[in-house]
Amino acid sequence: MGTSPLFTIPIPSSRDTVPTGYGFVMPDQNGWSRYLHFQTAWALVLTGLVYGLAGLWTGHFWKDLVPERRDRKWRAYWGRMAQYLRRAPPEASSYNVLQRTAYLGVIFVLFPLVIWTGLALSPAFDSAVPAAVNLLGGRQSARTLHFFVSGALVLFLLVHVAMVALSGFRNRMRGMISGRMVNPEAAVSEEERP
Amino acid sequence: MTKAISRRKLITTGFAAAAGVSGLAATGLTMRRYGLIPPDHCGVYGPGETLTYAAQRLLTRHSLAREFPRSMISKRPFANEVAPPSDAFKRLHANRFADWRLAVDGMVARPLSVSLSDLRALPFRSQITEVACEEGWSYIAEWIGTPLGEVLNEAGLLPQARYLVYFSIDRNWWESIDLADALHPQTLLTWGMNDGDLPVPFGGPLRLRVPRQLGYKSVKYIVRLTATDSLKGFGKGLGSASPEAGYAWYAGI
Repeated sequence: MGTSPLFTIPIPSSRDTVPTGYGFVMPDQNGWSRYLHFQTAWALVLTGLVYGLAGLWTGHFWKDLVPERRDRKWRAYWGRMAQYLRRAPPEASSYNVLQRTAYLGVIFVLFPLVIWTGLALSPAFDSAVPAAVNLLGGRQSARTLHFFVSGALVLFLLVHVAMVALSGFRNRMRGMISGRMVNPEAAVSEEERP
Repeated sequence: MTKAISRRKLITTGFAAAAGVSGLAATGLTMRRYGLIPPDHCGVYGPGETLTYAAQRLLTRHSLAREFPRSMISKRPFANEVAPPSDAFKRLHANRFADWRLAVDGMVARPLSVSLSDLRALPFRSQITEVACEEGWSYIAEWIGTPLGEVLNEAGLLPQARYLVYFSIDRNWWESIDLADALHPQTLLTWGMNDGDLPVPFGGPLRLRVPRQLGYKSVKYIVRLTATDSLKGFGKGLGSASPEAGYAWYAGI
C-alpha cells in the first residue's frame, strides 16, 4: 500500500477501497466466493495428489507425457507445428510432442506454481513456512503471480476444451470417462452421420 | 444379464461401509477433542473450512508471523476507516480516552475492568508486521501493545476456556479466536503504532492485532474480552460477526 502499481488491469473490483481507476464497483460477493475458492483449492490439492501418485505408479507420465525419444529436439516441435499449419490429417497415435509438452507444463509447472503462490497468500501458512512468500518477493508479488498463473490455467482450459469439442466431443468424453476410444476416423464419420 | 450379489460380497461391503462410517465418526470426535473443528463447519463450505482450520492448527499452532526491518515500514499505510464513531466514542475521544475501559469477563478467575494506563503498565511488546486485508491490499507497520496473554494471565484464564470473544465499542463488530491465537505472543492489545499512539482511523485507542490472520480479525476500538468454552451462545453461534456476514471465521486461510 502506498506504492504505485506497475500496471493496472481493467477488471472491476468488488470494493471501492480497491482502486481500479474508473470507479466501477461490482456487487460484493467476496464472502461465499472465498469459501468456494478455498474449498475447491482443497479439491485440487487432494485429487492432484491422487493423480500424481497414480501417474508415477502406473508410469503414465513416462509412457504418455514425456516426449518420445525421437521427438526430444526442436525440429520435432517445428515439424509438428508445420503439420498443424498445413492442416495435414492427424495420424491416429498417442499424444504428439506439442500436446505432451503442454500437459507436462500444466501438470508440473502451472499447477504446482498456482498452489505455491496461493499458499504464500495465507498469513498463517507463511508464519510456519516464511520462504513460501519470501522467495516470491513478498505478498503483493505473490498475488500478482497467483493471478497470472491462474490466467494461464484458464487459457489452457479454453484451448483444451475447444480442441476436445473439435476432435469429436462425444468420443473424447467417452475416452476420458471409460478409458476406451473408438478409432478417431470412425468417430468422425459416426458424428457426421445425419 | 446381471449377476446376483454374492453373500460374501454383501458382508464385506457391509463391513467396509460400517468401518468407513465409524472411522469418520471417530475422526470427527478426535478432531473435536483437539479443537480442530471451526465454529462455521456446517453447510456447503464446511468441509473446506474444516480442512483449512485443522491443517493450520496442526502446522502453525506456535509459529511466528514474519517481523520486518524498520526500513520496510510502509510510508503511507492505509487506514481503511470505518463508519463515523458513535457519540459515546466521541465523548471518550474528547477526554483523550482517559475514561476508556477494557472489561475482561467470562471464564476468568478475576474479572477485570482496566484503563489504558493500567494496560500500558503491563509488559508490552513492539513488532513490525504486515496487515493483509481480504480485499487484497496490505501494509507493514510497527505495532506496540500488551500481549493478550498477559491480560488473560492477570485475569486468571480458567482451564476450561477454549475461545476468546472480543467486542468493539460498535456492538455489531465482534470476533473470536481460539486459544492458540489468543495466547500467541504476537497477538497484541495494540495501543501504539510507528512510535506514536495508535491513531483513531487505525483502531485507536485499542485494537486487537492478530497478525497471523487477515485484517478483519483485527477488530478496532476494543472494549470487552470474554473467555468461553463454547461459541454457541454468541450471536448466531457461528463464532463471530464475520461468518454471519458470509465470511470465514478462521482468517489465517
